Amino acid sequence: MEFNPKIIAFLCNWCSYTGADLAGTSRMEYKSNVRAVRVMCSGRIEPTFVLRAFKNGADGVLVCGCHPGDCHYQEGNYRCLRRFLLLQMYIQQMGIETERLKLEWISASEGKQFAELVNSFTETITEMGPCRIRETMKV
Amino acid sequence: MEGSKPKLKLAVYWGAACGGCCVSVLDVHEKLFDVVAAADLVFWPIALDIKYKDVEKMPDNHIDLTLFNGAVRNSENEHMAHLLRKKSRILVAYGSCSHLGGIPGLANFSTREEIINRVYSESESTVNTARVRPETLYKVAEGNLDLPEFFNDVRSLSQTVEVDYSIPGCPPQTERLLEVFTAIVSGAELPPKGSVIGAGTKTQCDECIRKKSENKKINKFYRPWEIQDDGNTCFMEQGVLCMGPATIAGCGYRCIKGNAPCRGCYGPPEGVTDPGAKMMSAIASIIDEKEPEDIRKVLDDLVDPAGSFYRFSLPHSIIRRKMP
Repeated sequence: MEFNPKIIAFLCNWCSYTGADLAGTSRMEYKSNVRAVRVMCSGRIEPTFVLRAFKNGADGVLVCGCHPGDCHYQEGNYRCLRRFLLLQMYIQQMGIETERLKLEWISASEGKQFAELVNSFTETITEMGPCRIRETMKV
Repeated sequence: MEGSKPKLKLAVYWGAACGGCCVSVLDVHEKLFDVVAAADLVFWPIALDIKYKDVEKMPDNHIDLTLFNGAVRNSENEHMAHLLRKKSRILVAYGSCSHLGGIPGLANFSTREEIINRVYSESESTVNTARVRPETLYKVAEGNLDLPEFFNDVRSLSQTVEVDYSIPGCPPQTERLLEVFTAIVSGAELPPKGSVIGAGTKTQCDECIRKKSENKKINKFYRPWEIQDDGNTCFMEQGVLCMGPATIAGCGYRCIKGNAPCRGCYGPPEGVTDPGAKMMSAIASIIDEKEPEDIRKVLDDLVDPAGSFYRFSLPHSIIRRKMP
């Protein structure tokens, strides 16, 4: 059977989710592997969310926020960026490929970029195959 | 003594542990007389010559209170965890290893094979040309010798058997143990099953006496030996990694009082499952850089983030072992 990756996308309410919405209202087609989770700000995305996603079977996690300088709450996306970089160091130590966690800035007008991002990320994860971290989780 | 209240039956056992928890029980000093006045020690390998088969002969629920310290790392630990669960009315995970996996839990960064190879072949001081490996069964003229099986995975006590309470700490603060013990002896109402007892409710930072400001900003992380601690300011504000923000209070911030940053042995505060993830969240918030390269440069000072954030809690965390 063909591998159909599960991807969790955390999208900030003000830019990225609106951007994804624009892709939808503009009737752009993109891969259906992404499950979008709307959060108020990319700064709200706790490392716990990302780790839980992997634990519960995500093959890739996509984190999107407003472009630097555009955060609705001034600084949230910078916090997100720092957490993302630290998380990448951590997941690498745990044996999860860093490519499985991706951060991109998507503005409210970038519906097309969002669709392209989802397609390219889905392709990357499909090539990588399933994330095996779940197998090691059994107690 | 006839007619007096029957004495409590108390057991202390160690799994994969260093022995510090058992010593922390001895640290009650002269209060030990109060303990033995109220309780009979029926099993305690470090102090009493009572064999496993004696425990096996005990009726179920014979022991009133068992303090189990140490993680579950081999088949002997596992066997004793099941046995003591059956024989004890109240089973307490005593200390970090039993509570969250502790220092032995760091073995979950490696596989069984990697550890055995390192110890029996690769280590610099090992000469083992015959490639001897530990066997669970070895036949000699006198009969069979057996060793417990070394597991690939380290587990906490509650990941092995049902646990009534956990007392955290490496080792637990002896005062906390006495409080818990007194509560059980006096017949006071005990907290709901599964609770962490002998700890506070808030975080270390909440109790810490060091000077803290609202405006925490870090441009560089230092290891404790790289910096002259002023003995007064919050460790994090000085750029030294301190697990205080993600650790439950209750130890009386002993390390901080000794001018050493918190390492997180008491585990996460209430409602938090993964202290390391919370710590990553906290650290990232206070780095005072905005460009990816600059942030990376600051983060590069963190030697072994996973090991530092999950020093005592790896087997209990969300990603509980490294993927081989």
